[in-house]
Amino acid sequence: MIKLILKKIVNILPTLLGISVLAFLLIRLVPGDPIMLLLGERGADPQVYAEMKASLGLDKPLFQQYFSFLGNLLHGDLGNSIVSKRSVMEEFMDRFPATLELGIVAMTFAVILGIPFGILAAVKRNSIFDYSLMGTSLVGYSMPIFWWGLMLIILFSVKLGWTPVSGRIAVEFEIERHTGLLLIDSWLSEEGGKDAFLSAFSHLILPAIAMGTIPLAVVARMTRSSMLEVLGEDYIRTARAKGLPYFIVVAKHALRNALVPIITVLGLLFGSIVTGAILTEMIFSWPGIGKWMVASINARDYPVIQGGVIMIAMMVIFINTIVDLIYLWANPRMRQ
Amino acid sequence: MKAKILILSLALGLLLTTQTTWAKTFVYCSEGSPSAFNPAITTDGTSNNASGHTVYNRLVEFKYGTTEVVPALAESWKVSPDGKTYTFNLRKGVKFGATKYFTPTREMNADDVVFSFDRQRDPAHSFHKVNGGNYEFFKAMEMDTLIQTIKKVDNFTIELKLAKPESPFLANLAMSFMSVHSKEYGDQLVKENKKENIDMFPVGTGPFVFKSYDKDTLIRFEANKDYWQGVPKVDKLVFAITPDPNVRYQKLKAGECHMVIEPSPADIPAMRKDSNLKVLEAPGLNVGYLAFNVKKKPFDKIEVRRAIYHALNRASYINAIYMGNAVMAKNPLPPTIWGHHDRVTDYEYSVDKAKSVLARAGYPNGFEAELWTLPVTRPYNPNGKKMGEMMQADLAKIGIKIKLVSYDWPTYLAKSRKGEHQMIQLGWTGDNGDPDNFLNVLLGCAGMNSGSNVAGWCQKDFNDKIVKAKTITDQKARAKLYIEAQEIFHERAPWVPVAHSVVYRAMSNKVSGYKIDPLGGDIFKEVDL
Repeated sequence: MIKLILKKIVNILPTLLGISVLAFLLIRLVPGDPIMLLLGERGADPQVYAEMKASLGLDKPLFQQYFSFLGNLLHGDLGNSIVSKRSVMEEFMDRFPATLELGIVAMTFAVILGIPFGILAAVKRNSIFDYSLMGTSLVGYSMPIFWWGLMLIILFSVKLGWTPVSGRIAVEFEIERHTGLLLIDSWLSEEGGKDAFLSAFSHLILPAIAMGTIPLAVVARMTRSSMLEVLGEDYIRTARAKGLPYFIVVAKHALRNALVPIITVLGLLFGSIVTGAILTEMIFSWPGIGKWMVASINARDYPVIQGGVIMIAMMVIFINTIVDLIYLWANPRMRQ
Repeated sequence: MKAKILILSLALGLLLTTQTTWAKTFVYCSEGSPSAFNPAITTDGTSNNASGHTVYNRLVEFKYGTTEVVPALAESWKVSPDGKTYTFNLRKGVKFGATKYFTPTREMNADDVVFSFDRQRDPAHSFHKVNGGNYEFFKAMEMDTLIQTIKKVDNFTIELKLAKPESPFLANLAMSFMSVHSKEYGDQLVKENKKENIDMFPVGTGPFVFKSYDKDTLIRFEANKDYWQGVPKVDKLVFAITPDPNVRYQKLKAGECHMVIEPSPADIPAMRKDSNLKVLEAPGLNVGYLAFNVKKKPFDKIEVRRAIYHALNRASYINAIYMGNAVMAKNPLPPTIWGHHDRVTDYEYSVDKAKSVLARAGYPNGFEAELWTLPVTRPYNPNGKKMGEMMQADLAKIGIKIKLVSYDWPTYLAKSRKGEHQMIQLGWTGDNGDPDNFLNVLLGCAGMNSGSNVAGWCQKDFNDKIVKAKTITDQKARAKLYIEAQEIFHERAPWVPVAHSVVYRAMSNKVSGYKIDPLGGDIFKEVDL
């Protein structure tokens, strides 16, 4: 087992190396120059330009830039942002909790609704409920997040006044940062107390729905098809024949087996949260890494983009490795 | 059952949180995150609003809502007869705002002014290289070569010696990059070995005191209780960073902010109809234009440029591109600036005239050319591509076949500075309300080196006039020179000026005391709820 885990970790290294090359090269292939952008719309003094370029190390040949980036990376140093001058790692850690919090709530939303809907659709196969649910999930799956987010805001925030439009918490609460997860920090804070927690929670609702809609549709459809497959198995018929109530058969026998592929999909979906975060965070002014990456791409902030991509890639790989390991643990046949 | 509990708890949560009270907190929905809280090292309006107009003051400032220079931290000043020595008498009793990280022990004095100016000017200054040490405005306004010495005469008197007489100097001093910082705070940071904090945790004499900044979310300020012009009317000022204009509008409607930056023109009619909102407007200090690269054929010929001037139906662009939210330009200077040449006769729109002028230039059948379209949305040109298409159609009528070209913004700027274009859409928003800031920067020979003169037009008689206008202090005499210069511009037509956009601000009906700043900032020192 330990050998297998080690092997997994060794396999990760070339992937990370490849990603570092891609992250480094792709942003440099995009036209545009961070220094020109930093110097703004007015004419730049050629001398200032050259000085800045040299001070950022951008005057060196590409391969030299890459190796110094790689060297620093091996020491755990992602460099400093060109725009803010702060360490990329610090900037990442400032924003990551916001994305994580949103991601967890969005996934919870997708799972809590998606699995029961999927089961119901499978159990009531070919009913009106099934058809309408599958139709709706197809719509949900194809929904542009940007438009959907705006519609949610117009309905729930402006017309009905139920939820706040955007941001993480109402402006009157100043929450001291402990974990960066506002639900926890606001709970711990003495100043705002319960009101602060509720405010943070209500700010999460719409972005979580916007971000969780696609995963919800995927989970519901996946659960349905997986359940249908399991419900057709012999042992289900046997269980029914034994005289067990249908509910017990579905909840105890069928669901557990049907969950295995759903967990795989959840692992993948969790990895793709960052992609969803980019759009959701822009719409809801959510201060997470998605919004941060977009701003950095627009500013051609090379170190941030490189560092951000590496960090995100590591997370995705980490989550998928964990999922793989859970598999190995759960399914002895795969260990060989 | 579980579902019921979930729904109940959700509803409870919503009920409790929507009853928010604002007290005297003014919430401004801004568009982006500031890159730093020091206008000397930043150039974007976002950073300026969050620092220059809130936390800091300058020796002289623009009177709220105008471009008139009035006393601020300097109570009065004297200019020597040769126009080269400025002596400022500082205001007494001005206090720096106390924050969590700094408590001032003395009032503002000459040391603070010397400290602030020298940081940008003197490479040996202990803060010069801090946070990149790029003082772009200071260099762009040529303050580095202009200011020769800064002398503290006594605690409340400062003497500045200039290399040459320069009349826009006072207007430059009123710009945010010349803000006065606390030397005492600087000394404290040196001791704590945290010099870089000077630009991230600001200390100033302005109407508001910086409280905190949650990255990409909120910037909090509190009223400066010791503000020398009187305590601001709101207790707290919050910038809620909201990048999407649609969401900003929804936040305004939902009462989550009291004012939004730059509403999108398409929303203005609906905003005007909303009885809870009000919309203010003022002509902007800007110009959108189409520049010819006069160094390239066939644009080296005046007739070709004039023919194109006649061929472009600019009035139609005002309706289609600006939705009527602009006035047609006939000069490079916007009408809000003194020195604007009001009596110049604009080139009339006439296809026939354009054709005959083009034929006289030796192109009876037209020619092929590239036209670069602005890739970003700017007040002075909200839709470069669409404007390009309209120009293309207009020029086709006189036989000029246009290929539209565009690049992403950084590439566009870099290539245009190298002069790779034939015709290019660009624009400018004024910095200090001085005609020099338009004519010299955009059309002067000095702008050829820096790349801001994209027409590549260095016309001796024009340049002589604007250079001379810079050295005299009498505003009337200067205005005369600028009017003459605009006549030369009009005759030689290195650009087709297209429009000056109108600036809008949308806010809740509860807001009072806000004035639109012609220089494009958002200033809250007098707002009330």
